[in-house]
Amino acid sequence: MRKPAILLIAALAVTACGGEATPSNPSGSAAAPTATAAKPLAGVKIEVAAKWTGEEQANFEQVLAAFTAKTGAEVVYAGTGEDTGAYLGPRIEAKTPPDVAILPQPGLVQQYADMNALKPLGENVRKQIDENYTPYWKELGSAGGQVYGVLVKAAHKSLIWYRTAAFEDAGAAEASTWDDLIGKTAQTLADAGTPPFSLCGASGWTLTDLFENVYLSSAGPANYDKLAKHQLPWTDPSVTTALQKMAQIFGKQDFVLGGASGALQTDFPTCVTQVYGEKKAAMVIEADFVASAAAQSGATIGEDAKIMPFPTVGDTTPVVLGGDIAVALKDSEGAMALLEFLASKEGGEIWAKLPGYLSPNRNVSPDNYPSELTRQLAQTIISAGEAVRYDMSDLAPSAFGGTDGKGEWKHLQDFLRDPADIKGVQDRLEADAAKTYKE
Amino acid sequence: MAAPRARLGPSPAMAWVFLAPAVLLLAAWMVYPIVYSISRSVHDASGNAFVGLANYGAIFSDPATLVTIRNNIIWVVVAPLVVTVLGLIFAVLTERIRWATAFKLVLFMPMAVSLLAAGVIFRLVYEQDPDKGVANAIITTVQGVFSGDQGYPGARPRENDAAPAALREGAVVTKQQVQPGTPALIPLVGLSPDAVAGFTAARPAAAGPGLSGTIWIDTVRGGGGTVGAIDPQERGLAGVTVEAVEGDTVRAATRTEADGSFRFDELTSGSYLLRLPQSNFTASSTGVTWLGPALITPAIIGAYVWVWAGFAMVLIAAGLSAIPRDALEAARIDGATEWQVFRKITVPLLSPVLLVVFVTMIINVLKVFDLVFIIAPGSVQPDANVVALEMWRVSFGGGGNQGMGSALAIFLLLLVLPFMAFNIRRFRRDER
Repeated sequence: MRKPAILLIAALAVTACGGEATPSNPSGSAAAPTATAAKPLAGVKIEVAAKWTGEEQANFEQVLAAFTAKTGAEVVYAGTGEDTGAYLGPRIEAKTPPDVAILPQPGLVQQYADMNALKPLGENVRKQIDENYTPYWKELGSAGGQVYGVLVKAAHKSLIWYRTAAFEDAGAAEASTWDDLIGKTAQTLADAGTPPFSLCGASGWTLTDLFENVYLSSAGPANYDKLAKHQLPWTDPSVTTALQKMAQIFGKQDFVLGGASGALQTDFPTCVTQVYGEKKAAMVIEADFVASAAAQSGATIGEDAKIMPFPTVGDTTPVVLGGDIAVALKDSEGAMALLEFLASKEGGEIWAKLPGYLSPNRNVSPDNYPSELTRQLAQTIISAGEAVRYDMSDLAPSAFGGTDGKGEWKHLQDFLRDPADIKGVQDRLEADAAKTYKE
Repeated sequence: MAAPRARLGPSPAMAWVFLAPAVLLLAAWMVYPIVYSISRSVHDASGNAFVGLANYGAIFSDPATLVTIRNNIIWVVVAPLVVTVLGLIFAVLTERIRWATAFKLVLFMPMAVSLLAAGVIFRLVYEQDPDKGVANAIITTVQGVFSGDQGYPGARPRENDAAPAALREGAVVTKQQVQPGTPALIPLVGLSPDAVAGFTAARPAAAGPGLSGTIWIDTVRGGGGTVGAIDPQERGLAGVTVEAVEGDTVRAATRTEADGSFRFDELTSGSYLLRLPQSNFTASSTGVTWLGPALITPAIIGAYVWVWAGFAMVLIAAGLSAIPRDALEAARIDGATEWQVFRKITVPLLSPVLLVVFVTMIINVLKVFDLVFIIAPGSVQPDANVVALEMWRVSFGGGGNQGMGSALAIFLLLLVLPFMAFNIRRFRRDER
């Protein structure tokens, strides 16, 4: 009677504490005691929570080590796991939040600001933001007229990754319009026996990214903004058009590796491995951060693994960005200093030299990036300026646009399962949007 | 005239002093959270506005939450029964074998694995791809033994108006009637250059009487080649069944040569449609979609049984060793068969232990969380969802609606209470 209960509690504790704080890069902590006297923040301890793991975490810890070397503050990294809200919620509730958190969605900035959990940024941080960012990005980190967050890392989501060998074998070429992508590129690949697309259907956010690109291009930025704020209903004909376009992929068994059922069991980054590791499919539609998963599968970025810009579906060339926003949860000297560092040209350039990072900071020179590919991406973000749109699902209330098994994630997965039922999907999306946007 | 009764033992005040620590802890860790949850459950997401029983109403009106209740019912009906029955079978059988301890040890081993790890293991076991998932590897291997050669799954005609053949009910059928003397060309696509690399080069059927033609893969590595014509690098498909159809009747059937050509010597006149039946293209078994919406709950219950069957076995085995042997011996001497001994003596004597295991499992199953969270892929989480997981999700996973979460927690508490009460009553009776 007692034994199972204890074991279960132990198992739950493992789940709950999955994101236990881990000390940051040892080189950073080793550097601290050597020059204690000269450094302004010596002895200060800062906890920063983010969802990055693996290489992304290691790279970020290198940036933190640079901060430690500069200021003497000891920075501890805490992994939040995939679901940042689920990790931070209880810690905020318990009044023991980390000093700094890196939020994957601007929606969370709004949500936590409403809960009075965020501290307005200090003057020094705001100065860095005004210097280094276009007003669009400042707006993104603000709530109720206060600036709370700074976008520290951008993700370019308007890309299609492909496997060069698969394209060469089939004689397929890059497409610049959606019709070419479906009618020529994908069809040629399918005819040559390679399923064109590896979809990460188990990770709902990859489907929302696809939708956003198609919608931004077919309906235009004005409608995009309206839909993001739910001033336009999901039952709008412009949504129908976008879903019809997506159904051109979803509805064809030959176009999706494993068919819809297989795709729905494939999460990110398994879908990338299927393209570059197992070499079973030709294309994966996802952001720049596919690069690290592709490289882990043994592909050389730029040779075996190439990108094409997301083709135009309508009149607009889509550029959809995601990004992580750093906020302060404690009004401490250390927290503000770290945010200032992350928002600065100096911090951005240290980070930019590491792979898998793209900076929204306009003063971080593209020359810092280790690859030609990243340099091009950075340039598109900087030059697109105000025309860029932020990932719509991340702007939505997270119960609608960012929760496994709910809202947009669920309905687009259902749409992948049954691409014929466009009207039903729109009705259910609208019903959920109406419920969540109201709150 | 009764003398005032003298108290034996310490005063009630002393009893309270000794009780105080336990009461305090119980109040802080049990009573207060429950009371707070109840009060939280009648407030809205922000915790400021009183909403009465609206959150409880939402539990029974929201279709997604109703799915979680349905799943919990499936869990409660199936899992405890299977675990108890398996535990009983293992316990009774291990009594008779020589390596009983080793066997029990192996069966009990999953208990040493955390449910989290068990979830990760079974996520892999149920993987669709037979190269990764053990469950499907077994199924496809067994099916492969019985079904043999599978032909060319994936091969199909081009999908455009110019293509000479099209898919019809799974079979490839020519669009035009074909006459003897004019060799037919049936180009197919959909096989990768690597898959056909070892095949013989395609050749047009040799001239001669009778209906003839060629079936080949009409793509060249690197693209190019003439669509609808046999290029030198293109490969024929050997052993494809071809039927010549006139009206609705099959007049003749044959198989292609290594170079993809075929000939019906007996058909020298008339015109026919050529049909390549579906059997040429059936995909070899891809196994069972364990992680799809239909099978996900049974699949997770399977993982649960793997973990807990050993535990049930150990408890029941302990109960079994306490059964008076003479009862069994007496029955055997009276001529009872082993089955009768099991059914009429062992099980009734064991029933208290069986009941404890069963009820414990029910309580345990009601709060199942981690296995569902880990095994079900994101896309089928809504189909596999259970109340405990939904409670956590609405409270902390995105929505941040702790009012609704508390209502679900109280709902769960109400579900568990009767079984708890039952168990406690049993314990009390045992003590007497």
